[in-house]
Amino acid sequence: MIIELFFQYLVAGITYGIIYSTVAIGFNIIYNATGIINFAQGEFVMIGGMTAVTLNAFLPLPLAIIIAVIITMVVGALIDIIFIRWIVNPSVLRMIIITIGLSIVIREIALHVWGDGVRALPYFTGNEITSLSIAGVHISPQVLWVIGVCSVVVIALNFFFSFTLVGRQMRACASNRNAARLCGINAKNIVTLSFVLSAGIGALAGCVISPITYVQYDSGTGLAIKGFTVAILGGLGNSMAAVAAGIILGILESFSIWVLPAAYKDAIAISILLIILFYRPSGLFGSREVFRLKEF
Amino acid sequence: MPGKRVLQMAGLITGVITVQLLTRFTGTGYFLTQLTMSAYYSLVIIGLCLLIGYAGQISLGHAGFFAMGGYISALLTTYNLLPYKDNAIIAVLMKTGILVVRTNLYGSEILYFQPWVACIIAVSMTVLVAYLIGGPILKLKGHYLAMATLGLGIIVYRIVLGSAFFGEADGLSEVPAFTLLPGLKVSGNLSVRISNYYIAWGLVIIAFITLLNLVDSRVGRALRSIHGAEDASSAVGVNTAKYKLNTFVLSAAFASIAGVFLTHYNGGIGPSEASVMKSVRYVAIVAVGGMANLWGALIMGVLLNFLSLRGYFGSFDDAVFGGILIVIMLFAPEGLIRVDIFRYLKRAVSGEKAGEQNDGSS
Amino acid sequence: MDLLKAENLNRSFGGLKAVDNISFSVGECLIKAVIGPNGAGKTTLFNLISGFLRPDSGSIVFADREIAGKSPFQVAEMGMARTFQHIKLFPKMTALENVMTGRHIHSRAGFIPSMLHLPGMSREEKFIRERSLEIMESVGIMDLADIEATDLAYGQQRAVELARALACEPRLLLLDEPAAGLNMRETAEVAGLIKKIRDSGITILIVEHDMSLVMGISDEIIVLSYGEKIAEDVPLAIQKNREVVRVYLGEDDA
Repeated sequence: MIIELFFQYLVAGITYGIIYSTVAIGFNIIYNATGIINFAQGEFVMIGGMTAVTLNAFLPLPLAIIIAVIITMVVGALIDIIFIRWIVNPSVLRMIIITIGLSIVIREIALHVWGDGVRALPYFTGNEITSLSIAGVHISPQVLWVIGVCSVVVIALNFFFSFTLVGRQMRACASNRNAARLCGINAKNIVTLSFVLSAGIGALAGCVISPITYVQYDSGTGLAIKGFTVAILGGLGNSMAAVAAGIILGILESFSIWVLPAAYKDAIAISILLIILFYRPSGLFGSREVFRLKEF
Repeated sequence: MPGKRVLQMAGLITGVITVQLLTRFTGTGYFLTQLTMSAYYSLVIIGLCLLIGYAGQISLGHAGFFAMGGYISALLTTYNLLPYKDNAIIAVLMKTGILVVRTNLYGSEILYFQPWVACIIAVSMTVLVAYLIGGPILKLKGHYLAMATLGLGIIVYRIVLGSAFFGEADGLSEVPAFTLLPGLKVSGNLSVRISNYYIAWGLVIIAFITLLNLVDSRVGRALRSIHGAEDASSAVGVNTAKYKLNTFVLSAAFASIAGVFLTHYNGGIGPSEASVMKSVRYVAIVAVGGMANLWGALIMGVLLNFLSLRGYFGSFDDAVFGGILIVIMLFAPEGLIRVDIFRYLKRAVSGEKAGEQNDGSS
Repeated sequence: MDLLKAENLNRSFGGLKAVDNISFSVGECLIKAVIGPNGAGKTTLFNLISGFLRPDSGSIVFADREIAGKSPFQVAEMGMARTFQHIKLFPKMTALENVMTGRHIHSRAGFIPSMLHLPGMSREEKFIRERSLEIMESVGIMDLADIEATDLAYGQQRAVELARALACEPRLLLLDEPAAGLNMRETAEVAGLIKKIRDSGITILIVEHDMSLVMGISDEIIVLSYGEKIAEDVPLAIQKNREVVRVYLGEDDA
C-alpha cells in the first residue's frame, strides 16, 4: 500500500515537474536570445489555457488549442515589438521592472476579461475518473498527455536548434550577439522570434495542464516562480538540464507533502531556489567557470 | 542639520499641518485616515528608495518585512497568555510589566505583551532575519537578486497564509491600541484621528530627515558609488558587502516599523499585506519618484497610496501600478520628479562652459 | 626597502595560464612599469595585486603584510589605490563627489552617526571637501569640480579617476594604462604628473602600451609575455634586450 502511494506521488511529481520544465524552457529561450528574464513568462501559460477554454465553447478541442497557441504567440510578438525591441542597451534593472509590469497588466486584463473564476479544458481522453492502471499505479490519461506533449516539444526544440538555420542563428545570438550581428543575422528579429517561440510553448503547456491543474487569471505567477527555480536549478540557458531539474523539483515538492502541510508547498520550492542561488548559482549541472563569464 | 535642510523640513511640516487644517475647514476629516495610512506606507517606500535608488540593490520582497513587523506585533498583542499565567516565566514577565491584561469586547480577560515590548521584539526579529538572509542574498546581482528577494517575499506570504497561528486568510484582528506616551496612542479610533495623523507624519518626517542626512554623508557617497561602479567603489576602500547589508537591514527595519504602526492603527493585518503585489507596488512608487530621489519617493508614496486607498483606481488598482512601472521604465527611467531641478540647470550650464573651454584649448 | 613583493604568483583561467610563476618587487618611491603584448597577463597581474582576483598560488607582500586573497577594500585600506583600464567613474556624481568618495578610508562617519548628523560630522565633511579640492587642484582639474563625472571629456575623466585614487593617499598607486586614448599633448601632461606624484613620495606601478611614456618615466620595467616574466631591468637595458625586441616585433631571428 505504501509502495503504491509512493508511486502515486512519484507520478504526480513527475507530471508537475515536466510542466515546470516547459515554463523553464520558455525562460531559457528568451534569456538566451536577449539576456533578459521575462517575468511575464507565466502569463503566457495562463493566456494559452484561458483562451483555449474560451474557444473550446464553440470549437473542437484540437482547433481551440491550436488557435489559442497562435493567439498567445501573437501576444508574445506584440510584447517584444511594443515594449522591448526599441529599447537601446537597457539595464537589467529596467528590463526586470518592465517585464514585471507587463505580467501585472496582463494578469489584470485577464481578470477583467475572464473574471476570477477557475476554468479548465475537458480531459483530452476520458474524464476525471478515467485511469489507466500501470503496474498497480493509477494514472490519469491526461498525465500521459502532459508527458507526451512536453516530450515532443523538448525533442522538437532540440531538433530546431540543432538542425535548422533559424535555430542555429538563435544559438549564435545566444553565444555572442554582436558577433552574430556582424555575420548578418538580424538580432532584433531573433529576439522577436524567441518571444513568439516561448509564448507558444507556454501556451501549449497551459492547454495540456489545464484539465489537471485548472487555470485562473493569476495562475501564471506561481508557475513563473517554479519555472524560474527550475531554470536556475538546471543552469540558466540550459534547456536539457531544465527538464531534469524540473522533474527533481516536482518530485521533491510532491513528497514534501508527507512531511509538511500542503500550504507550505510553494515555500519549499522557493527555499530550494534560495539555497541554489546562495550556494550554486550556476545550477546543478552548470560549470562555475562558464557561469562567472556570463553577464546579468 | 544644515540650513537648507531646516528650510525644507519647515516647508514639509507646514504642508502636513496645512493639509490637516484644510480637511478640518472643508469638512473632509475622513481623508485623514487614508493620509495616515499613506504616511506609514511611505515609510516603507523611502527606506526602499535608499536601497534601490542609492545602493542600487532591488528588493521585490519588502512587503515581507512590513508583514513581519505587523504580524509579529499583532500576534504578541493578541495571543492570550492567560492560560499559562501560572508558568514561572510568564509570572515574572507579568510582574515586570512586559505582559499586561486587557478586557476584550466580550468581557473576557486577555494577557498579552505590552505593545512597546511587542514592537521592539517585532522590529528586532525582522532586523535579525534581514541581517541573516541579507548576507547571502546581496551577493546576487540583477535577475538573481530580483528573484531571490521575490522568493523571500513569497515565503513570508505563504507562511502567514498557511499558518493557523497567523489566522490564515483572515489574518489577525483585534489588535489593541499602542500607547506611545500617556495620552498618545496609535489607534484607528475616530476620536484620535487627528493625533494619529500627526503621529504618523512625525514618524515619517523623523525617518525622512535621517535618510536625507545619510545620503548627504560619506555613507551616502559610498552607497551611490556602489550603485555606479561596484569595482571602483571597493578599490577606494568601500566595504561594499557591508554597506549593502547595512542598507538592506535599515530599509527592512523601516518597513517593519511601518508594519507595526499600521497594524495597530488598523487594528489588524491580513495576508495581502505580504503579497507580491504589495512589494511590486513599493518598487513602482520608488521608480515613479525617480529612483535616487527621496523627495520623489515621499511625495509619490503619499499621493499614489492615498489615491489607491481612496479607491480612485477602482478595480484597476493593481493594473495602474503595473502600468506605471511599464510607462516609467520605458519613457522616463530616471523618474518623473526632478526636485533638484536647480542643481540640474546649474550643472547643464556649467557643463556647457566646460565643453567650450575644452574646445578652445585643444 | 621593497614596498611590494610578489613571489611565484600563478593564476589560470580554465587551461590558460594568464600569470605564470611571476616574481618581482617594487622599491619605495620608484616608478615601475609592466609592459608586454596584448594578452600577456598585465591586467590579470594588476587584478591579483589589488585583490580583484585571488591567486591560485604564490604570495604578495605589501608593506610587510601578506595581501594575497584579501578583498579589494582591505587592500585599499592598507594603502594601495588603483585606476582602471576602462575608466570607472561613479556616474550621477560630480567630479568632486567622485574624488570625495576617494577619501572614504580617511574618514569615519558610519550609518547611525550620519543619520543623526552627530556633531563632528560637519567638520569631517568639510575636511573631506577641502582635501579633495586640494587634490583636484594638484591634478589641475579644480574647474571641473561641479560637473557630473560622466559628462566630462575622456581625458578629463582619466584625470578625475587619478585624483580619486590620489585622494586615498596611497603608498602604492597602480595605474592601468593611464595614457590610453589620450593625445600626445595629454600623454606628456600625464607623464609629468606621474613623475610629480612619485616625487611626492608615492610608489607607482604602471601598466602601459605607450612605449615613449614608459621609457621616459619609468625607473624600472618588467616585460611580460604569455603570462611569464621575460625581463626586468632599467629602461635602457630593456630597449637593448634581444628577447624583448623579439617578443615585440614578433621576429624569429633578428
